[in-house]
Amino acid sequence: MDFNGSDTIPGPRAEDHLPHTTTAAAKIVIVGGFGVGKTTMVGSVSEIRPLTTEETMTQAGIGVDDDYGSETKTATTVAMDFGRIRITEQVVLYLFGTPGQERFWFLWNGLFEGALGAVVLVDTRRIEVSFEVMGRLEEGGVPFVVAVNTFPDGPRYPVEDLRAALDLPPEIPIVECDVRRRASSRDVLMTLMRFLHSLALSRSLT
Amino acid sequence: MTPPQRRRRQPPPPPPPPSPAVPKSAPSPAEGQNGGEGEGKNPERLYIITGADGERAPVDLVTLIVTRAEAPSSATPEQTAVLRMCAAPLSVAEISAYLRLPFSVVTVLLTEMLAAELVQARAPIVRQQLPDRSLLEAVMHGLQRL
Ligand SMILES: Nc1nc2c(ncn2[C@@H]2O[C@H](COP(=O)(O)OP(=O)(O)OP(=O)(O)O)[C@@H](O)[C@H]2O)c(=O)[nH]1
Ligand SMILES: [Mg+2]
Repeated sequence: MDFNGSDTIPGPRAEDHLPHTTTAAAKIVIVGGFGVGKTTMVGSVSEIRPLTTEETMTQAGIGVDDDYGSETKTATTVAMDFGRIRITEQVVLYLFGTPGQERFWFLWNGLFEGALGAVVLVDTRRIEVSFEVMGRLEEGGVPFVVAVNTFPDGPRYPVEDLRAALDLPPEIPIVECDVRRRASSRDVLMTLMRFLHSLALSRSLT
Repeated sequence: MTPPQRRRRQPPPPPPPPSPAVPKSAPSPAEGQNGGEGEGKNPERLYIITGADGERAPVDLVTLIVTRAEAPSSATPEQTAVLRMCAAPLSVAEISAYLRLPFSVVTVLLTEMLAAELVQARAPIVRQQLPDRSLLEAVMHGLQRL
């Protein structure tokens, strides 16, 4: 008998258990501005039902004093969805879809520092919402590829126009995708892995 | 029609001096990094709510946790739940999701459980200056099967 209530906390389904031989996990991040399709992409490639990890913080307003002279505080919860793909008996890959607001990313320690690489999603109707994150990745030295999520009503630009607009060097892949489709999202991840592989090759030669 | 043009930010500012309040080497997951984020753009101060203060084990979102002992009779419901779900390896992110507890709170919980040798941690694969090609090849094979 269990009196302490832990039975009410669900865990993974039996079919979602990782094998005991799993020694290590790697992660990649899927980033981009609001509503570009990050959550959809995580869901379409994940082998488990996508999960959410949250972080809660208080936000203290500056210079806003209430009647008692203390700062006003509001609790804010920020959620990040993630999914998982088993790679081998030893290795598992996690995909994190960052929350739309970049200023919250510091909440998850090491989210970017340790990531193998990133996918930057771009919506051609609002390219500029993904500018900020590219700068952050560049500053953090996180390798990335750009995936253009093609919404039916979005303008279509030739890749080289996009490359010029995004001010990206020729070696960074820019591919089109439909994040609702697993095969299309998978191809984006393959593009990222091939790009990382080419980086590994060129660095090993220098 | 041409897409809007991205302007690169000015060359990245020199690394900010360590904030006087929080030593840069502090292993705590979040507070110490606040200062470096979105300089000048975020007037609000952000604080993470955690259950306890103090040392935290350096666990990552994808550190894998594995149970290594029976739940002691003193175990809390959260500890008991972690010990049950980590019978097979499970990432800290998944533990946070299933427990519905913030990542930083789970970090505190796991710090205690690691110290008590109730669970074991398997360190994540992190990005290296020279990426591990055999790992990338394995990932490509894994993705092809998807
Ligand atoms: N037509 C079309 N709709 C899409 C596509 N990708 C995403 N959507 C829709 O666009 C909306 C936003 O997608 P999300 O995946 O929630 O975007 P997100 O980047 O996670 O959004 P935030 O987390 O709010 O920043 C959803 O209603 C999706 O169904 C696409 O490729 N084509
Ligand atoms: Mg989302």
